Amino acid sequence: MKITINEQVHQVDVPDDMPILWALRDVLGMTGTKFGCGQSLCGACTVMLDGQPIRSCVTPVKQAENKKLTTIEAISEQPAGRAIQAAWMEKNVPQCGYCQSGQIVSATALLNTNPKPSDEDINNAMSGNICRCGTYTRIRDAIKQAANKLEAGHEG
Amino acid sequence: MKDNIVNISRRSFVKGFALSGLVLAVGLPGLSAEEEKPKYGRDAMPNGWVDNPLVFVSIAEDGTVTIVAHRAEMGQGVRTSLPMVVADEMEADWERVKVVQAPGNEQKYGNQNTDGSRSVRHFFMPMRNVGSAARMMLETAAAAMMAVPVSEVKALNHEVIHQPSGRKMGYGELAQAAAQLDVPERSSLEYKSAEDFRYIGKNSSKNIDGHAIATGQAEYGMDVRLDDMVYAVVAHPPAYGDTLKSFDDSEALKVPGVIKTLTLPSSPPPAVFNPLGGVVVVAENTWAAMEGRKKLKIEWSKGPNSDYDSKAFRQTLEQSAKQKGGKVLRQLGDAYKTLENAESTLSAGYYIPHLAQAPMEPPVATAHFQGDSCELWASTQNPQASVDTVAKWLELKPEQVTVNVTLLGGGFGRKSKPDYLVEAALTSKAMNGKPVKLVWTREDDIQHAYYHTVSYEHLEAAFDENGKTQAWLHRTVAPSISSTFDASSVHQMPIEIGMGVVNIPYAIPNIQLENPAAKNHTRIGWFRSVSNLPHAFAVQSFIAEMAHQQQRDHKQLLLELIGDDRQIDPRTLQDDWNYGQSPEIYPIDTGRLRRVVELVTDKASWGKSLPSGKGQGLAAHYSFVSYVAAVVEVEVSDDGEVTIPQVDIAIDCGPQVNPERIRSQLEGACVMGISFAMLGEISFKDGVAEQDNFDGYQVTRMDGAPGRINVHFVPAKDYNQPLGGVGEPGMPPIAPALCNAIFNATKKRIRNLPIRYQLEA
Repeated sequence: MKITINEQVHQVDVPDDMPILWALRDVLGMTGTKFGCGQSLCGACTVMLDGQPIRSCVTPVKQAENKKLTTIEAISEQPAGRAIQAAWMEKNVPQCGYCQSGQIVSATALLNTNPKPSDEDINNAMSGNICRCGTYTRIRDAIKQAANKLEAGHEG
Repeated sequence: MKDNIVNISRRSFVKGFALSGLVLAVGLPGLSAEEEKPKYGRDAMPNGWVDNPLVFVSIAEDGTVTIVAHRAEMGQGVRTSLPMVVADEMEADWERVKVVQAPGNEQKYGNQNTDGSRSVRHFFMPMRNVGSAARMMLETAAAAMMAVPVSEVKALNHEVIHQPSGRKMGYGELAQAAAQLDVPERSSLEYKSAEDFRYIGKNSSKNIDGHAIATGQAEYGMDVRLDDMVYAVVAHPPAYGDTLKSFDDSEALKVPGVIKTLTLPSSPPPAVFNPLGGVVVVAENTWAAMEGRKKLKIEWSKGPNSDYDSKAFRQTLEQSAKQKGGKVLRQLGDAYKTLENAESTLSAGYYIPHLAQAPMEPPVATAHFQGDSCELWASTQNPQASVDTVAKWLELKPEQVTVNVTLLGGGFGRKSKPDYLVEAALTSKAMNGKPVKLVWTREDDIQHAYYHTVSYEHLEAAFDENGKTQAWLHRTVAPSISSTFDASSVHQMPIEIGMGVVNIPYAIPNIQLENPAAKNHTRIGWFRSVSNLPHAFAVQSFIAEMAHQQQRDHKQLLLELIGDDRQIDPRTLQDDWNYGQSPEIYPIDTGRLRRVVELVTDKASWGKSLPSGKGQGLAAHYSFVSYVAAVVEVEVSDDGEVTIPQVDIAIDCGPQVNPERIRSQLEGACVMGISFAMLGEISFKDGVAEQDNFDGYQVTRMDGAPGRINVHFVPAKDYNQPLGGVGEPGMPPIAPALCNAIFNATKKRIRNLPIRYQLEA
């Protein structure tokens, strides 16, 4: 089947029910999207499907057919993604960093729909993404910084 | 493989400093009289330390300085902090520094076992030596090339300047000549003065892997890809000690992509670092392997722990803890008699269940067996133990095994144990040398961790008519980590009782500390902060309970117990371990403990008036030779929901080498402390962990994190003061401070963790 990933069309010959995560990681070699739980519980595998954040570990690849996937590797193509990445680096958000691809995709999706999120908005949008190192307070700060910079017309 | 972690075993060093040369290793076996003296700190670590610049630094013609990171990066920032020390001391520009990760080879690099909050503590000076020697070699080379006296040149930000003439030579131009020089004697090294530091003690150097992480380019063990690689998962025995009886793989082999199944030998307890055994499913991709595993029909033979029931075991622990006796750990005066005759007494017990480290990246290793050698790529905290354990299982010599260390997606102690590397190596061997990536799923990780122990702590105190504490009794009962190495072990080791049982420095005239026996029923291992967690939870909760009973302010009572400023030789507290540090250089300093309490209570406005349903809680604890105190503020709603608007943490860890990463470690420790206190529990039924993913084994998420975490430092006088640990000491005070805050908000005392639903009306 054909899937558009980061604006490129890929021919993927895998079983229809293979989760997008494993098609990305093992078949296409795009390892920025992480495996954390396999059950949509931790958010490490978050990617965008037609702009919506989804958990790629439980979403069959068939559901992405003729749709557009965006992964961490191309999140910088979006102004919010670029601003989020810049804020992440500026605030030294990551510790081990393993969950941060998913965090960044979720945070970008949040700013795409809600350019000025409150603490509660951030809690609601980001509570599906676990960070075992505990970078949550910096993630909150970084999302707000990115939002402010986007509002001021800077992208980071 | 992607290029962002360059394994130096695979890539020869760029032109410049050669790799050969004198290795200045200390701590190696020797026979001189000097060896008879006890060794401490970095000298006492297996394979000691190395400070040879030829091992750690190379310079390319374009001036790029490459620095070797020999300790594992798991989020604590060590790939930034230690290379930054080298860069600063050698006057290298951080923007022109590359960091490469060393493979496991302690003979060459010194100790690499990244645990115990000791990387910066033990390697700050060796890395300064490396930088200083490199700088002096560059200056000597420049003086020779410019034909001027060495006293007239000075290294400054990637150049050596001839001061009288202003002539400059870049590090790239000097590299070849500098590499030919002898490494200066350690005694001749000159160090930068602290006011000239660019990076040490500053917040100036960004995390070396920050960009790679934010763009999805960072390479973890999970991301390793080799040509012609296959993927594997293991069906492990359900209970510790169970063994494989028989299995039917006919359905598994029908799953598209499954290549074959094979078995791993079971290893009876004690687990040590051995694989658990089971059935491996090898496939063309991870998902096919996981799907194949679901279709296996396996019969297991029950082992000695197949009836382990953690609810029943809790009762066993509690009974032991309440019964007089057990191994006496420390005795001062007569606590029993004082308790019997006291004006008033208090007694309480505290329980913490098993916990799983659950790093976001589950254990994973890639192995390529090649007959007379085996190369692995893995997220491991302990590359040398990985080399040794894999070599033993493959019947190879350690020098025939290479372990390349990737970034770790978290470790927290789980990845100190190389069982999963052995599984990968044995599978690659069984696959006739095909490269194999062996992945643990989250279910494997949570059901087969080396768990944090389970514990019951019983405390009693006696007071005189003025409310002064006259006696202290602490009975601690928990299966020991030593049971993972010796199945007969039932008592806590010195390193466990030295984590907040024997080495509490409180000024109390009668003390009795006891450790009744407890048998293990699962693999017990290190979990960030280890036995400090139960001990600090009990001791710091109990002191708050004492204050309440005696109608004293908690802070005032805590300071009274800490007593006058004094430096206590830990050996006088029956602590011969003291985190491996010299008792002379690292006495237990009650003044430092007092200061963190004063600092944190001051910053948090301790005692401020709060509306009903809100409260502050305090706790302080000495661990990993650092002093930490925390004030947690909570709000508890009428239906028992806890929110944490603010946490203040004060730390005295001696000089702060990378303050930005110290803050991040304390923020993270705070969240992890809240996580296990609020939610963390692994329970066992019929020998099997009842939780298997983040639905059952819950951890704190964004909505449970504090609103603000303020980290406060006690400044150090200078960089010659001894360094303390950072990665772990932030955690122990959090759970008791949280529960003390909840008590102040609700008058409900939490003595059993996790808190979870206990506050619901």
